[in-house]
Amino acid sequence: MIRLRNIRFRYNSGYVLDRVNFSLDRGDRIALVGPNGSGKTTLCHIMMGLLFPESGEVEIFGKLRKKEADFQEIRGRIGFLFQDADDQLFCPTVLEDVAFGPLNLGKSPEEARRVVSSTLKSLKLEGFEERITYQLSGGEKRLVSLATVLAMEPEVLILDEPTSGLDEATTERLAEILNESNLTYILISHDIDFVKKTTDGIVRMADLVSA
Amino acid sequence: MHIEEFALGDSWIHRLDPRVKIAAAIGFSVVVALNQSVAASAIALLFPAVLILAARVSLRKVILRLAVVNSFILFLWLFLPFTHTGEIIWSLGPLEIHREGLIFCLLITLKSNAIMLAVIALLGTSRVFTLVHALSHMAIPDKLVHLFFFCFRYIHVIHEEYHRLAVAMKVRGFRPRTDLHTYRAYAYMVGMLLVRSFDRSRRILAAMRCRGFRGRFYILHHYEMKRCDYVVGAASFLISAVLLVAK
Repeated sequence: MIRLRNIRFRYNSGYVLDRVNFSLDRGDRIALVGPNGSGKTTLCHIMMGLLFPESGEVEIFGKLRKKEADFQEIRGRIGFLFQDADDQLFCPTVLEDVAFGPLNLGKSPEEARRVVSSTLKSLKLEGFEERITYQLSGGEKRLVSLATVLAMEPEVLILDEPTSGLDEATTERLAEILNESNLTYILISHDIDFVKKTTDGIVRMADLVSA
Repeated sequence: MHIEEFALGDSWIHRLDPRVKIAAAIGFSVVVALNQSVAASAIALLFPAVLILAARVSLRKVILRLAVVNSFILFLWLFLPFTHTGEIIWSLGPLEIHREGLIFCLLITLKSNAIMLAVIALLGTSRVFTLVHALSHMAIPDKLVHLFFFCFRYIHVIHEEYHRLAVAMKVRGFRPRTDLHTYRAYAYMVGMLLVRSFDRSRRILAAMRCRGFRGRFYILHHYEMKRCDYVVGAASFLISAVLLVAK
């Protein structure tokens, strides 16, 4: 589903990614691990078209993606969960935030409401619709962020450190949700226990560099 | 922060269509501001006073808010009666109190309090986001509405960030004094807040784009005018019109 070939990317300070190859197939549940600053988040942002590599090819769903317009089509199909839930939740109420994605995909308000309530239900967040997003607890924010992504019914999920700052119970719940989801996903995490519970394989950043 | 302390009640004022409230508040404020008569201003004060009582908000908090406004007006009372020209009604040495100055002060006091009360009763009793929604239904330019919306949404986040920085400074022994070190520390802190806010705004935009955002907001809530809304709308229009003519 996702193929990255010979990706090079640099910030001002130098190359973060230098000839990196990566591939993800349907049904894969992998953890992307590596030390801080090894380019895990950067790599995922390239997959979403938020950053563009200096050189190399990005192939997603069988097509080469080069410009912003190429990526707009895939954004509904790949869900991205950001590190900081405050970046993701920007609407006043949970209902509006979760409905934001479906509405952008062209769903009618009624359809969007239906998707919101079924998504919240599947995450055991019933009755959260009218809650104010910035008044949620850290754990609730994380789960609602996940709801905003799942409401778009993506085929692939990218989760950027989803367990950071979560307590044990919420981490446990997140693991259950992922295990029951049948989704293809990439997980960036330093939480080894969580990785073992939720993924089938570990990909190390250092191993992605072509010889 | 207690920006929305009046918005949490459940009176019929709270349940009014926010568009009616915004229109009524603007109309009333403009009319009162244009008014030149003390008597009319005093009568104008009655309308928001009734609304405040109907909204059943904490009168103590309302008075606290008014106290802030009136503390500025106090300075006018200290200076205007002495400096304004006109008939002298009392004098003590070089100090002379002029009748027009007193009337002017009274007029300003009445008008400010009437407008402030109306804003508390009408706008303060809606949540900020409800007002944002209402504005976007009222042909206000999208850019302005979005600006207002994001300001309010992220003021809390930035406030928290400020708090974290302030605490982090404190635990490292920072105590504000009147010296260069203090000024520099505060300047760094404000600079850091700006940089972080900018970074955050970029991350938010990225997150929005990941969810298919292409520059357009879709609105989920649509308001419906009920009979009560028409009645209040018409009543406040009439009151404003009468005040306008009565001057």
